[in-house]
Amino acid sequence: MDFRDTIESKYRDIMNNYLNDQNEQSLYQAQKLSRKLIEHHIVPEEIISLHKTIMLENELTRKSFSDSFDILLEVMIGYGLSYREHQSLRTEQLALKSEIEVAASMQQTLLGTTVPKIDGLDIGAISVPARQMNGDYHHFIKDENQCLGIAIADVIGKGIPAALSMSMIKYAMDSLPENRHNPSAILESLNRVVEQNVDPSMFITMCYGVYNPWNHKFLYASAGHEPGFFYSSENQTFQDLDGKGLLLGIDKKTKYKEYELNVLQGDMIILLSDGVTECRTKEGFIERENLIGYIEKNIHLHPQEIVANIYKDLERLQEFELRDDFTLIILKRTE
Amino acid sequence: MELQSCVKILNEWDIVAVRQLGRNVAKELGFGTVDQARITTAISELARNIFLYAGQGEVCILKEQQNGKNGLKIIAKDNGPGIADIRRVMEDGYTTSGGLGAGLPGVKRLMDEFDIQSKLQEGTEIIAVKWLR
Repeated sequence: MDFRDTIESKYRDIMNNYLNDQNEQSLYQAQKLSRKLIEHHIVPEEIISLHKTIMLENELTRKSFSDSFDILLEVMIGYGLSYREHQSLRTEQLALKSEIEVAASMQQTLLGTTVPKIDGLDIGAISVPARQMNGDYHHFIKDENQCLGIAIADVIGKGIPAALSMSMIKYAMDSLPENRHNPSAILESLNRVVEQNVDPSMFITMCYGVYNPWNHKFLYASAGHEPGFFYSSENQTFQDLDGKGLLLGIDKKTKYKEYELNVLQGDMIILLSDGVTECRTKEGFIERENLIGYIEKNIHLHPQEIVANIYKDLERLQEFELRDDFTLIILKRTE
Repeated sequence: MELQSCVKILNEWDIVAVRQLGRNVAKELGFGTVDQARITTAISELARNIFLYAGQGEVCILKEQQNGKNGLKIIAKDNGPGIADIRRVMEDGYTTSGGLGAGLPGVKRLMDEFDIQSKLQEGTEIIAVKWLR
C-alpha cells in the first residue's frame, strides 16, 4: 500500500493511543511519522486537515481536545525544522548567486573585446552565455599592418567549468609573441597550453583567422571548430568554411593546416559556435540550411544588425531558453 | 546545584525513556509546550544517532544555571566510530537521513547552544543547552 494511503490510519492510531494515557511512546511515534511525512512530501496543511477529521470522529472531552494538540505539535516540529533549513539554504543560495554574478562580470571584463574599425570591412559580433558565465570566447586583434585577427573558441560543456577554461585561452592568447599571427602557429601554441593545463575530459574547439585588408585574403585554421560559412556575393551562394584539425588539448604534437580565401567586395565570412547550429526547437535542431535562410533574410543589413536579428529570431524559436552559449561573428568586405 | 540523570541507549525503547526524562525536566523547569516539544525532539535525534550509528551510548539531562538563567542541558556520549568530518555533518542537507531538516543541524536549531567533539575510533560527545526565557 502506498504510504499516502496509510497516513490517516497511522495518525489515528497514534492519536487514540496518546489520548488514552498520554504516553511518551506515542509522541515518539509522532516524531517518526513527522519525518516520514516530510520524506514523502506531505504538506503541513494536509496534516491539519487530517487532524481535524480525526477530532470530529470522536466525542472529545475538553482534556483530550487539548491533549490531541501535543501530537500535532510533535509532528509540526519536523516541519518547522524543515522550514528553517529551507530558509538557511535560501540564504546560502542567494550568496552563491551573487558570487557567481561577480564572477560573471569579472569574466566579462577579462574576456572583453572591442570590435576594431578596419577600412573596407564591416564587422558584427554577438556572444550570449546560456547561463551566467560564457564558455564561448571570441577576440579581435588589429595589428600594426591593419590586419585583423579573429579568434573564436568553444569549450565542450557550459557554465562555470567551461568559463574557467576559457579564461586560460585568453591568457594564453595574450602571452603569444606579437609577431606571430599565423593561424596555424597560434593554434599550435594554444594546443600545447591546453594539453598541459586542462582536465583530459575537457575539450576546446577553436578557429583562428586573419583578414588582410591590403590583399583581401582571409587566412584561417581550425581546431575541430564548428565550420563557419563563406558567402560569395557574386554567386549569391554560401559554402562551408572547411577546415580539418584536431580539437585543442588532445595531442600536443598536432599540426594545423591553413586555408586561404579571396574575399571580393560584398563577400562575407561567418564564424559561429555550435550554440548557433545546435539551437534546438520543438521540431528538433535547426539545420545549417535554416541558418543560411536567416542570414539571407537579413543580408542587406549591416553585419551587426544581422547577428543581432539572427540571435533574436533563434532566441524566440527556442522559447527564450538558450541551451548552449551562442556566438556569431560576421565580417563583410564593403569596398 | 546540578541535578543529573542519565539513560543508557541500547535500543529504541531507551529513546522513549530519555525523551520522557527530558520532558519531565523541561516541565519542571517551566518550559512551555512548544519548547518542551523542541527539547524532546532534540533529545530524540541525539539518542537516535547513538542507536543508529554508535550502537550504544548514554544521554544525560541536566538542570543548568548560569548568570541567573535556568536551562536544560543535554549531554550525548558514545564510544562509537566517531565522525570524520564534523563540518560536513553540520551542513544542511547532508544528514544520512536525507536532508529533511533533521540530523545535527536540526538539533543545533532547536537548542540555544550546541557543541560537538569527536575522535575517530573513540567516540562522540555532543552538548546542547536550551535556556528558559
